[in-house]
Amino acid sequence: MKLLVCISQTPDTTANISFKDNDTAFNPDGVQFIMNPYDEWYALVRALELKESVGGTVTVLNVGPATNDAVIRKGLAIGADDAVRIDAEAVSADFVAFQIAEYAKDKGYDAIFLGKETIDYNGAIVPSMVAEYLDLPFVSLAQQMDVEGNTATVKRDIEGGVEVLKVDFPFVLSAAKGLAEQRIPNMKGIMMSRRKPLNVVPAVDFTNPVEVIHFEKPAPKSAVKLIDPENMDELVNLLHNEAKVI
Amino acid sequence: MILIYAESPDGQLKKVALEAVTYGAKLAKMMGTSCAALTIGNVQDAGSLGKYGADKVYNIPGDSVDMYNVARAVSDTAEKLDAEVVVLPFTTTGKSIQGRIAARLKAGAVSGVSALPDLSDGFVVRKPVFSGKAFADNKITSVRKVLSLMGNAIPLEETGSPVGVEAIDVPLVNCKVHRISVEKQAGGIPLPEADLVVSGGRGLKGPENWNILLELAEALGAATACSRPVADMDWRPHHEHVGQTGLAIHPNLYLAMGISGAIQHLAGVNNSKTIVVINKDSEAPFFKAADYGVVGDLFEVVPRLTEAVKRFKAG
Repeated sequence: MKLLVCISQTPDTTANISFKDNDTAFNPDGVQFIMNPYDEWYALVRALELKESVGGTVTVLNVGPATNDAVIRKGLAIGADDAVRIDAEAVSADFVAFQIAEYAKDKGYDAIFLGKETIDYNGAIVPSMVAEYLDLPFVSLAQQMDVEGNTATVKRDIEGGVEVLKVDFPFVLSAAKGLAEQRIPNMKGIMMSRRKPLNVVPAVDFTNPVEVIHFEKPAPKSAVKLIDPENMDELVNLLHNEAKVI
Repeated sequence: MILIYAESPDGQLKKVALEAVTYGAKLAKMMGTSCAALTIGNVQDAGSLGKYGADKVYNIPGDSVDMYNVARAVSDTAEKLDAEVVVLPFTTTGKSIQGRIAARLKAGAVSGVSALPDLSDGFVVRKPVFSGKAFADNKITSVRKVLSLMGNAIPLEETGSPVGVEAIDVPLVNCKVHRISVEKQAGGIPLPEADLVVSGGRGLKGPENWNILLELAEALGAATACSRPVADMDWRPHHEHVGQTGLAIHPNLYLAMGISGAIQHLAGVNNSKTIVVINKDSEAPFFKAADYGVVGDLFEVVPRLTEAVKRFKAG
């Protein structure tokens, strides 16, 4: 099977978030960047497992500048065969999805996997947009996938439960927790990743329709109000009269 | 024209759908236009969406299970009505269809919006980013726009009265994804749409101790949630896991017991309106994010709180 996994670079989950240029841009100073966990732990590893069971290739694709190459090499170290970087800033979901689809449209991928969302913009838009541009079926939030012949059976979380879907290849899938187990790259993988191809391709023209013009941090919480553990009537009273939530 | 997709799993209009209609109606007023709600399949009491401000309610008969169909139906209806903005709920359905609809309509898409847009200089809409650690104001410059609305972001408002439901002639295309089965949690309140949530962590020491949490949840009428280690150890089902890799929720009340409040947990709950933390460790980082805190042994404090809630409810 010919598999494509789209990966993003995001700030580490524990990174301190700050902004620059009058709060119009993310401030990368002192921030550790990682591969978006949904892309790495679940989408990429499940694609590698599929390749290991039925044969084929796994390509990782990133839309971003050259500073993303370390994260892309990590994808190769975990086990992808080759990598593609579309050389442009990932300015919006619309832009990224269009670039992915333009690259993938004539390559004949059997499946395209992406994380369900990135942990920075929490958008969850790109996967279904890629599916539409390529006119492929789409399964979102997959937490388990079994493959038999040309058909995948996918379990996904829905509000208050789970559902099981069947879909024929080719399709687009967004990965949630549970789809696979995180893999740590070993020394051999890291050595080999340096020799694997990372092709840089130019972006195609696209009028970007969405732009972040301002960031803001939430107002700091006022100090916690401590309640006497013996006096829970007081807590109920505050929740009713002050917070007005019960 | 504003078009709202009023999602109705199992034929029931959920709170998120009513919120989306409330949002769409307010947006229509701001933009000096009208708004229509779209329902798919056999939906109970669809005309009641008029109460939340829908000028029209349309229905497409058929099956709303396949998201490919739903996305097509919403975008075809938007074309037909020449809708400028499409509003969806930011649910598992919204996440399955928003990109598809936006691509079909050549529209800019912003997901999980938390407020009405600012129209003073173009169309600027706010959403939480970095797992709730910041907000981003997004300027959409395309003619058409597709927004998905975060649950619990705006209060429901009944401003109108029920309207008749009109059938709209939009064909549902063939399914490409087939549902084999669905398992809904029995009883209880589904977590993503709950106003009140009671959540437990490792401090409860084992699944056998969950009864004190469940009794409090029942007294409050709250949904139940848990931290990641609790789900990983199978003390509680995975769909209760809130945090960075689980569900992100934003109820009016999030009451956490025996959860230290690691940054990954906070990422899933820090947009809650009011946070109450019960922990015996006064140094637990969660207290920094809490509105109300109780430093004490949860095995003593929680039953006491349950009794206090019962007294309050009894009036």
